[in-house]
Amino acid sequence: MMQPTENGFYGEFGGAFVPEMLYANVEELRQNYLLFLESDGFKKELADLLKHYVGRPTPLYRASNLSSHFGAEIYLKREDLTHTGAHKINNALGQILLARNMGKTHIIAETGAGQHGVAAATACALMGMPCKVFMGEVDIERQAPNVARMKMLGAEVVPATSGSKTLKDATNEAIRYWIGHPDTYYLIGSVVGPHPYPDLVARLQAVISKEIEEQLVKEVGVEQPDYVIACVGGGSNAAGAFYHFIENKKVKLVAVEAAGKGIDSGESAATFQLGTKGIIHGNQTLVMQTEEGQIIEPYSLSAGLDYPGIGPMLAHLLHTGRCEALSATDEEALQAAMLLTQKEGIIPALESAHALAALHKLSLKPKEVVVVNLSGRGDKDLGTYMKHFNL
Amino acid sequence: MNRITATFLKQKSLLNIFITAGYPALDSLPTLASQLFEHGVDILEVGMPYSDPLADGPVIQETSSLALQNGITLQRIFEQVKLIRQTEKDAPIFLMGYLNQLLQFGPEAFCKACAEAEVDGLIIPDLPYEIYQEKYQSLLKTYGLAISFLVTPRTNDLRIKALDQACNSFLYIVSDNSITGGSKDQFSSSQLAYFKRINSMKLKNPTMIGFGISSKKMLKQAGNYANGAIIGTAYLESVKRGEQSNFIKELTQQNL
Ligand SMILES: Cc1ncc(COP(=O)(O)O)c(C=O)c1O
Repeated sequence: MMQPTENGFYGEFGGAFVPEMLYANVEELRQNYLLFLESDGFKKELADLLKHYVGRPTPLYRASNLSSHFGAEIYLKREDLTHTGAHKINNALGQILLARNMGKTHIIAETGAGQHGVAAATACALMGMPCKVFMGEVDIERQAPNVARMKMLGAEVVPATSGSKTLKDATNEAIRYWIGHPDTYYLIGSVVGPHPYPDLVARLQAVISKEIEEQLVKEVGVEQPDYVIACVGGGSNAAGAFYHFIENKKVKLVAVEAAGKGIDSGESAATFQLGTKGIIHGNQTLVMQTEEGQIIEPYSLSAGLDYPGIGPMLAHLLHTGRCEALSATDEEALQAAMLLTQKEGIIPALESAHALAALHKLSLKPKEVVVVNLSGRGDKDLGTYMKHFNL
Repeated sequence: MNRITATFLKQKSLLNIFITAGYPALDSLPTLASQLFEHGVDILEVGMPYSDPLADGPVIQETSSLALQNGITLQRIFEQVKLIRQTEKDAPIFLMGYLNQLLQFGPEAFCKACAEAEVDGLIIPDLPYEIYQEKYQSLLKTYGLAISFLVTPRTNDLRIKALDQACNSFLYIVSDNSITGGSKDQFSSSQLAYFKRINSMKLKNPTMIGFGISSKKMLKQAGNYANGAIIGTAYLESVKRGEQSNFIKELTQQNL
């Protein structure tokens, strides 16, 4: 378990650096979130939805072909098999219940690749709540199928036209809208933003590591894995996959970020390696920025990983040495996606393929138990795969 | 007596104008500023352009990104403020920007550069007052810099009092639940009731009303409930049209 201080700090990272116009909104959430999250009624309703609507628990699958290939015991946590096809739905359903409990009737969300937008729009359709999803103009063009899914689900997709017109700007726009509409609930998509969001989202994604732990004991007969590997955009699937193992130092935690065209190419999203301490979207964390603190637009072929910050909890885990950071380039991720597809018959999301690519970079021993969080499925990335593999 | 105290002793409704440094051209600031002071503007607020200005609306976002494209840097802003100070000795100058800019420049180096440029105070919307008190208050004091905090319609009385305690220049009364900008030409009755409520709280700091002020009428109304008003977006729009001289002339004539 990894909980921030009352003010939302994980060591020196986190907090709520928000303008006064946002203070009351964030404070209302801070005062309410644990009350509801820890209530029996909430827990039961969420557990029910996760089981019957999302399809949890997701399998912990022993990838035997991949295991022989890498010479270790490789397990995949199949978040790709959830309803809507990525871990994002765990968070969206939890937060929509929270919103309803807080008496909110309108939902806003930001999205980059569109996965969180789809998850939020899905949760809103289910609860009959109107939903606005802010999405960078550039991403709207890159991710047309997800835009169509959101629209079909009844959400309004609002183009973010400020700044670089991608995820960071969509997040800015959502926050600005929230300032002007304090009665709406802002359903954030990752372990980012001002306190209490990082803690809230981490708790809702923690179901991933809870299941991994139980499945390893019951189905595999081991107390803990040797490694847990997850890709990192904002950090929510990593936070969820690590959560229950953080105190257990026998488990090595590996976070894999997007190196884009290479760490030193000037086109990457490698916040762990290139970021310095700064403030983004209301929290203090590692940020890709210029010397004067202007935030740099990151790059990755995978739209879900090109975020110039990183959740404060992960920044803290890295800073304290509890978690190791690796990176994978576009090319390495593409190769890893192809390897998984051909060895196991599973087409992963390009984001998740970054986690798989890290398998090459660890010196694994036979019998070591390695859990890779397969955060999403690759349907949304088919266009990219078609282009790069000439399919 | 410092410039801020002296200015708030004037028996008039004060006008504070916000300019995005580096807009419309890299070195526009000193020229625009001297024009403002010629027309009797009392306080200058210099916006330090930021890539991700969370509290700002489309106009300030756009002027900020153009200014950054023009090559504006904090170093240049300090140099430009020094230029302004060669002729303008009395009017308070505030810098407004985001905490990350100050952090990356180095809080101490930043305060030192402000002092050397004879900046009087800072407005950092995303700096919580608790963190200011814990980490920066003594530093600002060392360099003779004042701080202003924002109050909004949703800030409760207890918090307003705490912000007033932490503040040592003027409280920035944000007129509405909004980011900067807005296009109304008069205040609503609920806004006026909010101004009245703040005004009756007997706060230790003077107050200025800002965000969304665009007309002479609003400026005058603001003067009834506060020590003056802050105009940013409407002014920058006049700069964009090349009509800032008339815009200010009209405002200040009415304001006298
Ligand atoms: C499948 C998948 N994995 C990972 C991510 C990255 O987000 P996070 O780091 O919050 O898990 C995304 C984001 O869109 C995603 O869609």
